[in-house]
Amino acid sequence: MIVQKTLTIKNELGLHARSAAMIVRVLERYRSSVYLERDGNQVDARSLLDILTLACPKDSRIVVRADGDDAREAVNSIAKLVDDKFGEAA
Amino acid sequence: MNPGEPKRTVVLQGLGVSPGIAIGVAHLIRRVDAPISRYQLEDKSLVADEIRRLRKALKDSENQLLEIKRKFKDQEGLETLYILDVHIMILKDKMLIRQTIQNIEDKGVNAEWALRMTLDKYRDVFSKVDDEYLRERISDVEYAGQRILRNLAGVHHETVSGIGDNAIIIARDLSPADTMQMKVEKIQGFATDMGGKTSHTTIVARAYEIPAVVGIEKITTEAKTGDIVIVDGTAGAVIVNPDPEIIRRYELKKRHYETIEDSLLKHARKTATTLDKHRVLIGANIEFTEEIASAVHHGTDGIGLYRTEFIYINRDRLPTEEEHFCTYKKIVESKGIRFSTIRTFDLGGDKFISDPRLAAEMNPVMGLRAIRFCLREVDLFKVQLRAILRASAYGKTKVLFPMISGMEELLETKRIFNEVKKELKRDGIPYGKDVKIGIMMEVPSAALIAEDLAKEVDFFSIGTNDLIQYTLAIDRVNERVSYLYEPLHPAVLKLIRQVVEAGHKAGIEVAMCGEMAGEPVYTMVLLGLGLDELSMNALVIPRIKKVIRAVTVKECRKLVDRIMSFNMASEIEFFVRETMRRKFTDDFEVAN
Repeated sequence: MIVQKTLTIKNELGLHARSAAMIVRVLERYRSSVYLERDGNQVDARSLLDILTLACPKDSRIVVRADGDDAREAVNSIAKLVDDKFGEAA
Repeated sequence: MNPGEPKRTVVLQGLGVSPGIAIGVAHLIRRVDAPISRYQLEDKSLVADEIRRLRKALKDSENQLLEIKRKFKDQEGLETLYILDVHIMILKDKMLIRQTIQNIEDKGVNAEWALRMTLDKYRDVFSKVDDEYLRERISDVEYAGQRILRNLAGVHHETVSGIGDNAIIIARDLSPADTMQMKVEKIQGFATDMGGKTSHTTIVARAYEIPAVVGIEKITTEAKTGDIVIVDGTAGAVIVNPDPEIIRRYELKKRHYETIEDSLLKHARKTATTLDKHRVLIGANIEFTEEIASAVHHGTDGIGLYRTEFIYINRDRLPTEEEHFCTYKKIVESKGIRFSTIRTFDLGGDKFISDPRLAAEMNPVMGLRAIRFCLREVDLFKVQLRAILRASAYGKTKVLFPMISGMEELLETKRIFNEVKKELKRDGIPYGKDVKIGIMMEVPSAALIAEDLAKEVDFFSIGTNDLIQYTLAIDRVNERVSYLYEPLHPAVLKLIRQVVEAGHKAGIEVAMCGEMAGEPVYTMVLLGLGLDELSMNALVIPRIKKVIRAVTVKECRKLVDRIMSFNMASEIEFFVRETMRRKFTDDFEVAN
């Protein structure tokens, strides 16, 4: 099963080390392959470094794509992090 | 360098990211970055060995970070611990490992080189990022990478230890693992080669309110462990091996910085006008153009003293006219200031020319320096004068000549100054029409003939630091006689009064730019003596304005008349302090 969702980064600092680390960590719970894509560049969402190289500042749009039996849950978990601004103070 | 020889003063500029002044002893944190060599693996069977080495180094690195994390988890905020997690995650990053192993396999190179190639690839990718914060995250990749490389080289010990209480930390860059192992609250300042507004050193320094300058590029090559270092986080400057005079000046700045109260800022925006409507001009003493904004913020009317020394110190060659010009232009055209007083070269020649004949004078404060040096090295002097005059086309400029001791020197200086003007005119280069020239009143002989000198200049500026030490014949950096350094010595007061009277008689303004002008306890005395302008460290301006706005010139004159009848410095000092304490109950300590 392939699940895909477009998200807008809302936290002030963008996808920086801390937020990227949260994505990597949350994915430890799932088996699906998960990718992030921005402006045609696709990276493995389980690699902190690759997420950083996407260089997503605030307001940038990314596509989350997962392939596997728990794809929906994986995508939703990332969407929740993004929507919660990764716990950054408002 | 001989052990007895004074160390060379070096001034470096970077980005001031955490404000304040720190004076301390350099502690150099040298990364044992073993130079990385490339080895071609001759035998395919060695590939597996290299991959094993890499995995072991990764594991060791991870264990070390976990150990640091465990050790410090009770002491530090969660923020820094989190960064360690990020570094651990980088060590375990599947892309980083995959890429490095692939380099070992495909290129047949050693693990170090393979990792370096991976790190360089990331450096390249990150350098293209527009967002500054994200771009600087390459430093996290580098911290982690350096740790792996150290483990590959078999270097396990951490280098951060044995830091003294008075330490200024000097490093290429500091990682969270570095700062976590320091007793950060004991550190006086940070100065690093690399870094920017959001790098780790900056974040830590700001959090602990420790002065820091980053991005200095070559601080680690210029400073050695044990050197005296000044970090001016406000101006973004670092001074290595300052001479005693500079240390004194910065100790004062530091004190001003630490005692500044926000509540005093309400006085900053008002003019320095007494209750009986007498206005005193306020100037700021600066040495870096970066200080102008703070001077304006603290309520200065103009720049009362720009010391040009740092343009000369610490260079392989003499500054060009353009370099002088750019600095001066920046000053005179700054917003919010009404005038800029630029003092010409005020150093001994030994400070920047490595001519053994000039070096190591027995008594440098009385030696070949300032105007004396300039009159001997006329070409060098003219470069500075041309630059000042060119800059004067962009804003109101006053030129101040230091250490004039007699009429011959003054006339010769003026002759050269007018010659430079003529040359500019001939070449059609613009300069200000109304450039005022003035002299420092700091040599007693000049003060005694002030009446004659006043006819030749547009203003006087009294330099109390030197005037006091020359008048009282004491070396103020010599601790054994420093108790004799008394600004309110009757002889000093008489000289100041004489200079002011001579100036006013000739219709010229008399300023004061020595430390005395920035001591609130002396403000009433100086008003009573009739000074037209007081120039000081910017931070103390609000305090001085508060005093000026609360007194009348009449009562200040009365105070001066009274103390002039005393014949002992200690008596005068006591009387003045008592007067100030009674008048401003909360602001002055009990005289002793």
